Amino acid sequence: MKNFDIDALIDDRRTRIIVCCGAGGVGKTTTAASLGLRAADRGRDVVVLTVDPARRLAQSMGLSELDNSPRRIEGVRGDGELHAMMLDMKRTFDEIIEAHSDPDRAKLILANPFYQSLSSSFSGTQEYMAMEKLGQLHRSNAWDLIIVDTPPSRNALDFLDAPERMGRFLDGRFIKLLLAPAKAGGRLGMKVFSAGFSMVTNAVTKVLGGQLLKDVSTFVTAFDTVFGGFRERAEKTYELLKSPGTAFLVVAAPEPDALREASYFVDRLKSERMPLAGLVVNRMAQSSASGLSSARSLAAAETLDERGDHPLTASLLRLHAERMQLAARQERLRDHFASANPTVPVTTVRAQAEDVHDLDGLRLVGDSLATSGQAKA
Amino acid sequence: MSAKDTDWDGVRLHVVTGKGGTGKTTVAAALALALAAGGKKVLLVEVEGRQGIAQLFDVPPLPYEERKVAVAPDGGEVFALAIDTEEALIEYLEMFYNLRRAGKALTKLGVIDFVTTIAPGLRDVILTGKVSESVRRREKNGKFKYDAVVMDAPPTGRISQFLNVSDEVSNLAKVGPVRNHGDLVMSVIRSPQTAVHFVTLLEEMPVQETLDGIHDLGETGIGVGAVIVNMERPAVLSAEGLAAAGRGELDQDEIVRGLKASGLEQHAGDYAAALAAEAAEHALRNALEQREKARITHEPRYDLPFLPHGMDLAGLYDLAHALRDQGAA
Repeated sequence: MKNFDIDALIDDRRTRIIVCCGAGGVGKTTTAASLGLRAADRGRDVVVLTVDPARRLAQSMGLSELDNSPRRIEGVRGDGELHAMMLDMKRTFDEIIEAHSDPDRAKLILANPFYQSLSSSFSGTQEYMAMEKLGQLHRSNAWDLIIVDTPPSRNALDFLDAPERMGRFLDGRFIKLLLAPAKAGGRLGMKVFSAGFSMVTNAVTKVLGGQLLKDVSTFVTAFDTVFGGFRERAEKTYELLKSPGTAFLVVAAPEPDALREASYFVDRLKSERMPLAGLVVNRMAQSSASGLSSARSLAAAETLDERGDHPLTASLLRLHAERMQLAARQERLRDHFASANPTVPVTTVRAQAEDVHDLDGLRLVGDSLATSGQAKA
Repeated sequence: MSAKDTDWDGVRLHVVTGKGGTGKTTVAAALALALAAGGKKVLLVEVEGRQGIAQLFDVPPLPYEERKVAVAPDGGEVFALAIDTEEALIEYLEMFYNLRRAGKALTKLGVIDFVTTIAPGLRDVILTGKVSESVRRREKNGKFKYDAVVMDAPPTGRISQFLNVSDEVSNLAKVGPVRNHGDLVMSVIRSPQTAVHFVTLLEEMPVQETLDGIHDLGETGIGVGAVIVNMERPAVLSAEGLAAAGRGELDQDEIVRGLKASGLEQHAGDYAAALAAEAAEHALRNALEQREKARITHEPRYDLPFLPHGMDLAGLYDLAHALRDQGAA
């Protein structure tokens, strides 16, 4: 197994962006925050951008809550600085619209039911907006390290497709069809739809209904100009993500599902030629008495049962046996991943008995992240 | 059928949601098995394209087609379906508008991109529409095709919005066929035939999301079902042992004596310290779990055990049993 040296990554000044991705519930946000604090403690000026509305995380960093602009976190050791913010996707979207269109057009778009649906509930919007915000933070040049966690969904890497999808969407014939009435130049429409044109418009009208179609058409027309700039920026962000200053971190829990998702992410990043730094396996069970195997531990407990004394020790031995079994199973899962992905460096984080609730808790996670990657080197 | 009524007599659509990582697919599958027990026919539906059901039942990836994946205790059958948005849309067009050819053309023209990009509400209508169709579907003899349908639904954070499609749709379409379809779907989802179950772990975040989800759903008028606590770890120590371990007051000399008596002479001191530390962590964890459990006041609540050997088919049947024993089916 290749070891993932976290400190080498965050100490390298050329590392400017770290993107944490992985399935939901694997501790991505905590990983991002711990990395951020560790990097700041080691002298970097860091901003952590999270999409997770976890209040506890904000509180663990001494803030009552996070919002759409970076807040400074007190308590960093050394010269570095740590800021944290939470993505407000609707707000970010609104700001883009306002910045890229005249006031009248912006008003029209913001009031359109399709825009409202798109900006507040579309499951891909969060991904796009996270990347948009990342681009903004990067352009502002105010931080030398940006750490971002992605939304907890299988589609978390959809932003990689953003430029392409947006292009396909904008250049799509369906959009041209919707724009056709507005653009009046029927020639274009007829050229594209020479075959089956009326069949399709009829079908669309029949299924969607005339009023709905009109709303869409209004929306798309108003949105057309804004979308252009959108695509350009999405392309820039894509290039930024591909650049050597970016590092992707895949986060997983030592469970079959989460590791399967991790493999999916790894494949996806590789096929897009994105700079994958390594895998973090969170919450690994560990024991400081690893010399006492589960088999011996259980046998000893049985001996005590037979003798009928020391019941406390017997139950402690059982508890230990369980932990050793769990640790063995988790290590096997991790090794399975490592042998299927021999080039991907791996580090692990020890399971904590309690949820993280302060900076020291985050530091503990950071220590674990850094040391387990070095220990076996 | 047993003499005892279950908690869900009359419910035919079981929606299973939960925060990521809580095991909602596993619980949905176990619930489907439990409901099928005793000769029933149950359909287990997946809507997010992850093929989690196929992995769980150890069968090849599911096509867009209802397939038998398991036999339940005492002769029931579980069928599974992975809904593909695109296929479902084409099927929908064919079923309601006789528009199969146009449907294909629509796909080519990027209407699917349109549906998934610009109007997420429409995507949800298609998914919930397919599910409610399978709930309403009848055999030629007039009997329902499935005794129950279990949906492995989107996560807790999105569930109210996902199910409350008619609201979503009515914002977009005031009249017309989409609106009518949305209303039809809602007539199933908002009826007493539907119950939404929340899967959680005894951890702060999933419990909070569950409580928030129950609250949000309550406002939509959709029926809240059970809270299902998944992967609960039994307390290995006695109550006194736990308390002492939590305070760090376990008698290490006694542990050393115990270890020696059990034949573990070497390193007994080191091991005793390590075992006491592990017990302290266990106690801390247990206290946290009890605290979280106390926050779940919702009834009914079912508790499912943590399976130390990982999830497999046998484990799935164990969970199905546990659900039946507690009245879920």
